[in-house]
Amino acid sequence: MAHTIKRLSVEEGLFAVFLTALAFACLAIAAKAVDGVMAFHATVGLIFSALGVFLIFNAYFKRPADVDETGYNLGPIKFASVAAMFWGIAGFLVGDIIAWQLTFPALNFDLEWTSFGRLRPLHTSAVIFAFGGNVLLATSFYVVQRTCHARLPGRVSPWFIILGYNAFIVIAGTGYLFGATQGKEYAEPEWYADLWLTIVWVAYLLVFLGTLWKRREPHIYVANWFYLAFIVTIAMLHLGNNISIPVSIYGIKSYQLFSGVQDALVQWWYGHNAVGFFLTAGFLAIMYYFIPKRADRPVYSYRLSIVHFWALIFLYIWAGPHHLHYTALPDWAQTLGMTFSIILWMPSWGGMINGLMTLSGAWDKLRTDPVLRMMVVSVAFYGMSTFEGPLMSVKAVNSLSHYTDWTIGHVHSGALGWVGYISFGALYCLIPWLWNRKKLYSDRLVEWHFWISTLGIVLYITSMWVSGIMQGLMWRAYDKLGFLEYSFIESVEAMHPFYMIRALGGLLFVLGSLIMAYNLWMTIKVGEKAEVDAADPSLVPAE
Amino acid sequence: MSMFNKHAVLEKNSILLLVGILIVVAIGGLVEIVPLFYLKSTIEKVQGMRPYTPLELAGRNIYIREGCYLCHSQMIRPMRDEIERYGHYSLAAESMYDHPFQWGSKRTGPDLARVGNKYSDLWHVNHLIDPRSVVPESVMPGYPFLAKAELKVPDISADLKVNRFVGVPYTDEQIANAKADLMAQANPDDDNVDGLEERYPGVVIRDYDGDPDKVTEMDAMVAYLQMLGTLVDFSIYDDKADLR
Repeated sequence: MAHTIKRLSVEEGLFAVFLTALAFACLAIAAKAVDGVMAFHATVGLIFSALGVFLIFNAYFKRPADVDETGYNLGPIKFASVAAMFWGIAGFLVGDIIAWQLTFPALNFDLEWTSFGRLRPLHTSAVIFAFGGNVLLATSFYVVQRTCHARLPGRVSPWFIILGYNAFIVIAGTGYLFGATQGKEYAEPEWYADLWLTIVWVAYLLVFLGTLWKRREPHIYVANWFYLAFIVTIAMLHLGNNISIPVSIYGIKSYQLFSGVQDALVQWWYGHNAVGFFLTAGFLAIMYYFIPKRADRPVYSYRLSIVHFWALIFLYIWAGPHHLHYTALPDWAQTLGMTFSIILWMPSWGGMINGLMTLSGAWDKLRTDPVLRMMVVSVAFYGMSTFEGPLMSVKAVNSLSHYTDWTIGHVHSGALGWVGYISFGALYCLIPWLWNRKKLYSDRLVEWHFWISTLGIVLYITSMWVSGIMQGLMWRAYDKLGFLEYSFIESVEAMHPFYMIRALGGLLFVLGSLIMAYNLWMTIKVGEKAEVDAADPSLVPAE
Repeated sequence: MSMFNKHAVLEKNSILLLVGILIVVAIGGLVEIVPLFYLKSTIEKVQGMRPYTPLELAGRNIYIREGCYLCHSQMIRPMRDEIERYGHYSLAAESMYDHPFQWGSKRTGPDLARVGNKYSDLWHVNHLIDPRSVVPESVMPGYPFLAKAELKVPDISADLKVNRFVGVPYTDEQIANAKADLMAQANPDDDNVDGLEERYPGVVIRDYDGDPDKVTEMDAMVAYLQMLGTLVDFSIYDDKADLR
């Protein structure tokens, strides 16, 4: 065998140059920053990019000349799985803290960085983008490699995506606490964080596509259609909704290009499809890989997956205006939004049916496999919230539900039930596979996690249904003489017991996730090694 | 089934699949969003609307910074109870200078679209410092730090310039005097008061936070809250003008 000479690859060189340039740019911005938050974030950017350069050269000097890079690339996936767990617990915890703040406002402590208005975006971003995002990154990199029988392209790129994405989370999250926000729900990060995310996301798209190009299977597996739709549509939405002009490149503040009614619809075009493509399409991809794999059954219907895939991605985009019923948005747009939201019920249930029916012939496994049960219950929650959504998009219903806690309850039946449980199920599968373990540390702990958090979800959504509908009814109640029956503050007072129940439900959910973290940690630490290499680094078709 | 066989083409070519997805997801947004930039009802001009004064704009930025939009809407729907509770339903034109919009999606607290002039400055100051001192059942966080923090805007005229770039009709004069206008609106004894009134017709000049020594974030916040929904005079507004 010829002696190979160790070289820095072109990719490594380019990343090193890029990150070095970025470090200098951050240094310049930090030096001339006009506000404290920018000075802080530019310093963080400087440290992260310098660290990136160090990691590139460190890996170069440490690796042997003839490094074996033929198997699956699992390192970045391991990092993202652990990060998902960490951010998940942090995000659930902050969510529960703000739930208690609504119950007992003294818990805001009258401080800037602990008040509800700053912690709420921290909660939503932590659960959606930090927890959900890392789950999507981890599973997509795993699934695309396994179903293509190909390694992720690049040595640095996969790590750049995972670490860069988490750097974005750190910048965004600390920004909220210090008051850096664009003031658009679920799109709060300021212009510089948005720019950084754009770079990371383009790299993500290229690495994902690159793996598809290297595939050794003629067909692209259905889960990858959903991942691809998720990646490109989120790119489109992110770019469309974050067009803002910074006041100075040395400061955090920017102003949106659009204003008023145009900005409102662009925002909800983005906001609703963050749900549709981040929290639905991406997690349907997880469903399409992990449920068949765990149940050891093929996907129920190939044709149904084609029909519901295209219908889902086409219809979802139209549904945004249902967030703006009876506002200054023109009526025709509201009606379009409502109509498409109702039609959307069908492809949503198409996905649910395809997921549930995959268990045909394997239903008995629900009794013995708590992980599979968790994923199946998640699909059931998906079905429930995708029925509730169209219902709430009907203008007559929305006139009552809009602005109330009913919306919050609806979001959480989808977020905790569907997104949460399918992610937990995927992590329970993934961790033993990644670390080459025979099985989880404890199935009993999975049972405990399942039942405690299910109780939590039930408390959460039922209390929000009651309080939301009650709120809506109180606002529109008239007395016998034709006067409004309740002042606004009476409706606030009436919420108190339900806020308490909700906060308790949330606490149970946090508790469940802690049990999960312990279980997964112990699986990694003391789990029994699998005899056959579960990670299957040989790239031999396994199916 | 031929259709399903043809689908294999997309399944075997990632670029075709990618392009197919892009086309399919672009349609809905284009159909719904593009018309909003030329339809009369969404770009109507209504008498009374003017750009925010520098102090109001600074207050609005604090409103955004503190995440007020997460609990307060600024969008009154045309229903009997909302109109009786909050006032005339909101017009598209009333948020035409809002970059970004702040319609909100949740009413943990009441709508604020027309909160201007409903309460006294002192009420707002007390309420922001300790909400439960004036509304015992309130669950709003306290913002005592607003009253202590001196209003710091790195360069307010740059803010106005960027706003002009995105479509807010600030004049050269307004931009040139931004800094002076910012200070004058919170101080009735300021020399620049006349100029400010000329540049922003109907502007209200008061020491909003009751602290004459300095211009605080509280001044800006209360100035913003007190002008919300006050620009359009609904006794002369013709709601049939834009019906077609």
